[in-house]
Amino acid sequence: MTNKKPATKQELEYQQLVSERAPKSKVLAQCVKAFLSGGLICCIGQLFRDFARLCLHLGETDVASFTAIVMVFLGAMLTGVGVYDRIGSWAGAGSVVPITGFANSIVSPAMEFRPEGFVLGLGAKLFSIAGPVLVYGIGASIVVGLVSLLF
Amino acid sequence: MEFRDYLYAFLIGGGICVIGQLLMSYTNLTPARILVLFVTVGVFLAAFGLYEPLVKLAGAGATIPLTGFGYALGKGAIEAAGENGVLGAFTGGVIATAGGIAAAVFFGALNAIIFKPKTKK
Repeated sequence: MTNKKPATKQELEYQQLVSERAPKSKVLAQCVKAFLSGGLICCIGQLFRDFARLCLHLGETDVASFTAIVMVFLGAMLTGVGVYDRIGSWAGAGSVVPITGFANSIVSPAMEFRPEGFVLGLGAKLFSIAGPVLVYGIGASIVVGLVSLLF
Repeated sequence: MEFRDYLYAFLIGGGICVIGQLLMSYTNLTPARILVLFVTVGVFLAAFGLYEPLVKLAGAGATIPLTGFGYALGKGAIEAAGENGVLGAFTGGVIATAGGIAAAVFFGALNAIIFKPKTKK
């Protein structure tokens, strides 16, 4: 390519077009996957919400707790048997953002660092991602609760 | 149990995941940061009353994503603060999400004890 005449305007435009399009379509495809998988996980959650509401006759807060517990159980279980990581490589954020992804972020490091011991391996690494989530989540909830007292 | 509920759960839940995907693709935020960000944003959306309509509309589509976890934290803290003042502000958030947090710790530890990590690709 070095001794050839400089690229024409059209070629430059084409190259620019390619570089613009190529990564974008990849992002688009990944967004579609995230949408489908995330939506599907939420529909499974909705199934358990309806089960809690219609079959178990739970109140609103209990429905939320029940659904969260079941979804966390499923996420943790699927991570344990190695299925969730395979889902994750396809689904991207679709498997990270739902609460099952939170469960995954707890089990994965805990499992990986278990050989380092039950206290500083499993016990500590359980919170390597959940810790920050709880620090900022609970912290923000207290701030919000205190501020709400002012109004 | 209506079809409409599931349609909205799918659309809103999927949409929130797409926001997460766009952040991951364009900003190189790690999944850990996405989780922290979504929970914190959920708390503040709850505080401003912006997330409640989404929960009413989409049910699990709004509560299953981590923003819904934040919403439960924020809503719990504000409601309890209204009843018990400062004490409620501290206890409300965790009480509202106690089931999820306890399940995450318990099932997390249990699965980490039972299963061995699979080799990753």
